[in-house]
Amino acid sequence: MEATVVKTGTEGKTWGGGNQPLKASYGKMMMWFFIVSDALTFSGFLASYGFSRFKFVDAWPIADEVFTHFPFLHGVEAPMYYVAFMTFILIFSSVTMVLAVDAGHKMKQNKVILYLFLTIIGGLIFLGSQAWEWATFIKGDYGAIETKGGQIIQFLDKEGERVAIRDFAAINDGDRIPQTRENGLWFAEDTEYLPTVSFEQVKAGFLANDNLLVRLQHKDEHGHHIILSRQESIAKVVNDGQLVVEGANLRHNEYGHPLFANFFFFITGFHGFHVATGVLINIIIFFNVILGTYERRNNYEMVEKVGLYWHFVDLVWVFVFTFFYLV
Amino acid sequence: MAHEHKLAIFRGAVKFKSNVSKIWGVFAFLSIVTIVEVALGIIRPEFLIDTRFLALKLLNWIFIILTIVKAYYITWDFMHMRDETSGLRRAIIWTSIFLIAYLVVLVLIEGDYIFEVYKSGFIKFDF
Repeated sequence: MEATVVKTGTEGKTWGGGNQPLKASYGKMMMWFFIVSDALTFSGFLASYGFSRFKFVDAWPIADEVFTHFPFLHGVEAPMYYVAFMTFILIFSSVTMVLAVDAGHKMKQNKVILYLFLTIIGGLIFLGSQAWEWATFIKGDYGAIETKGGQIIQFLDKEGERVAIRDFAAINDGDRIPQTRENGLWFAEDTEYLPTVSFEQVKAGFLANDNLLVRLQHKDEHGHHIILSRQESIAKVVNDGQLVVEGANLRHNEYGHPLFANFFFFITGFHGFHVATGVLINIIIFFNVILGTYERRNNYEMVEKVGLYWHFVDLVWVFVFTFFYLV
Repeated sequence: MAHEHKLAIFRGAVKFKSNVSKIWGVFAFLSIVTIVEVALGIIRPEFLIDTRFLALKLLNWIFIILTIVKAYYITWDFMHMRDETSGLRRAIIWTSIFLIAYLVVLVLIEGDYIFEVYKSGFIKFDF
């Protein structure tokens, strides 16, 4: 008599094991479950963005005011176009990915290679576009003044057009000399955040130019920013103004609430990180396909699993696009 | 692997001859939806902004619904959810939808509450 039972006597029965009720392989199912958990992570981020937006709903910048640039078109107001282009790039790379999966089902190695290659190119274009978008956002365009209470005030002329602070600031008025070790305390460093003009220069330029008005971060009931009269504008700048803000970083944001910039960097950054890892995994699989690994294995399911991840990245972008740029 | 693909979309209204033509069809549909979204985002029609439904602008409802439509077709046709068993489909979709909807509703109500507290001088309900 043997010591271990090798047969249970239930082979072929429903409870004998080896069933696949979901008819999906282990790897594919685990990729799906990973996607569910990752989707919950992203929803947590987007929900917290929604929380902050609802909390400051009368003072939140809308994307049409923030992302108005297109490469090589300087000074042209082009809201949405660039991010629409990015969306198309990502959807199209999703299409080439699903074509690669389809070619894999049919065991056509060369087609898988071609479509995976196009997918990787699409991912790289998207990453480059995002880098450009970030750089533009960080650089800023018109500049603004931050008040002592942390509000952002922006400048308009009488026609309601935005005016850049460097265009009216009194540059020759009290130039700022950088703090260095030689002429100051050896342990004192110059401030990290150093806009091109100082608050005093902007204030002097603003007072000298009667054509300038102030626009507040807060909005009226129609969703338009409140614009002050000349008298109120002067009082606002002189009494409350404190700091010049150019562009956006994690502490200051010339377009409005700093939380907008924080969430923008965090969520699009986390999504960009997913795109970057997706491109990396695609490249690994791409070389495996070229080497014939899946040809020998006689199935291309690995391409399908990586495809699931890639489509998920596209899916997340669809939501990020809506909640950052459209809504 | 190599299992059959379901080739009909829009509840059977459009039927494709092969999986590849279905992919291009879905891509065309997604592109149209995106173009509509971007056009609405640029024009921002006044009456859609001024009309509100459940505390949200009508325009924003349109964006959210179109986004969910896009998400549906990406999941169903690009991620082949249409071809999976109903068990796998429900395990993934209903779990996510329940948890996400729950979180979003609670968090947005809380955000709106804090907004009211700030606006009305720190007391919202005086019991």
